[in-house]
Amino acid sequence: MGFEKFGRKSFTSATKIAKFVDFLNEGKIMGTLCKKCGARYFPPRADCANCFSSDMDWFEMPKKGKLETFTVAYYAPYGFEMDCPYGMGVVDYGNNLKLFARISKGLKLEELKNDMEVTVKPVRYEDGQIAFEITKE
Amino acid sequence: MPKDVAVIGVGQSYFVRGYEGSIRELAFEAYREAAQDAGITSKDVDASIICSAPEYDKQRSPAGVIAEYLGLIPQPTMYVETVCSSSTTGVRIAYGLIKSGLHDIVAVIGFQKMSEITSAESQERMGRGADIQWESPFGTMMPAYYALYAQAYMAKNGLTLDDLMQVRIKSATYGQINERAVYRRPVTPEDFDPNNPNAKLAQIVSWPLRVGDACANADGSSCVILASAEKAKAISKKPVWILGIGAASESVNMASRPDFSKGLRVAYIAAQKAYKMAGITPKDVKVAEVHDCFTIAEIMAYEALGFAPPGEGKQLIRERATYKEGPIPVNVDGGLLSKGHPIGATGGSQIRTIVLQLRGEAGAMQVPGEPDIGLVHNIGGVGLYGNVIIFGR
Ligand SMILES: [Zn+2]
Repeated sequence: MGFEKFGRKSFTSATKIAKFVDFLNEGKIMGTLCKKCGARYFPPRADCANCFSSDMDWFEMPKKGKLETFTVAYYAPYGFEMDCPYGMGVVDYGNNLKLFARISKGLKLEELKNDMEVTVKPVRYEDGQIAFEITKE
Repeated sequence: MPKDVAVIGVGQSYFVRGYEGSIRELAFEAYREAAQDAGITSKDVDASIICSAPEYDKQRSPAGVIAEYLGLIPQPTMYVETVCSSSTTGVRIAYGLIKSGLHDIVAVIGFQKMSEITSAESQERMGRGADIQWESPFGTMMPAYYALYAQAYMAKNGLTLDDLMQVRIKSATYGQINERAVYRRPVTPEDFDPNNPNAKLAQIVSWPLRVGDACANADGSSCVILASAEKAKAISKKPVWILGIGAASESVNMASRPDFSKGLRVAYIAAQKAYKMAGITPKDVKVAEVHDCFTIAEIMAYEALGFAPPGEGKQLIRERATYKEGPIPVNVDGGLLSKGHPIGATGGSQIRTIVLQLRGEAGAMQVPGEPDIGLVHNIGGVGLYGNVIIFGR
């Protein structure tokens, strides 16, 4: 399976880290770790900009992080209107590891607070697309 | 304080909705004004740099088409792009070309005809302005990205929605007196009243940002003509010198960004470089143009540029310090919020405003006290690219 399954709507089909989507199907959100210099990347990368190695391992992202910032969009770009309104946010795991995603529909704007503990889970859409989203539990 | 490269001519078109002409005709308006301002003809120009954001253009590789229409062939021409900061990046390239001795006079022309494509097309392309592999698939857009910065910044620093509204009210004050601006109407607190169903500016685009917090789309063009010291002194009665020029870039992905509550890192880095090169401090700046694509961006810019300490940008707007009569006037031409934001033309238009201010030719918008040093802060994307340029007489 290629990367075109990633997200509400994908704009990328060929990428060397397409395996990310297979992991997502197994319920895992994975980043990459450079075997040579130990640099960790999320979103995952096939190549290390630090030491130029392409010898990478996968690692699973931490279970818990803190919501650094968030928004709720009331307008959407073409192709996303059906989901409006939807939240988006940045999760900070510490150690320079962060993640950007949509926020689960189950989490209302009034409930969102900076630095609240959150987790990130895979989410499957009716049309077969798969992504990950920020949730409370 | 280097005085190696000067601005000898500036021009811009009216910023409008739905320009009735082609992109080459739009570019001509700004270029003619700048060339006449400099007192030169196209034969005197050694090279041209054409700048726009290509997602809005139907014409591929517009440099050749525009250079021909402006009478700038067979001289070298090229296309430079960093989205919303394209034309200040063009000026950066021109600075290098002149300083190296390769060229003596370079014209930088920025343009954007945002109405060139339909709004459906524009919406679709807008979604691809971000990281198309990792972020566009979530349905991101510019207001949502700036909202991420606004939310974190406001929560940490006690900036309020009313403060943001005051930024918009200030920009509208000057949009009214700038005949080239697209948004000429005044803005009052009633326009932001969430209980008033007719208050369009109060509608939320992406929490916490409202329609009124966002800049006005426009069609427009700008032109900056730069020259070497020797040529500038020979040609120009009032050359305006580039004293400092700083630039930086940032990760496109939000997951790799530093602390959102602190604003845009590119602006801090570019400002630091520009100040160092010019050998001045923020206190020396008498008038500034900042990239207020959203109200929050102006507040963050106050801090990145050192006009206010970190977290204290709100005081400047509360004390009206950035109005024309204040200690550090900012965006007294209406800014992107009211003058309009024709992407590729914006940086050149900001430079034009500062050049006119330093020459004492800004008319109704002129800040008092004969300003001698001015600054331009122009940001591409959501802090993806940043240019800060310091000008002096
Ligand atoms: Zn490495």
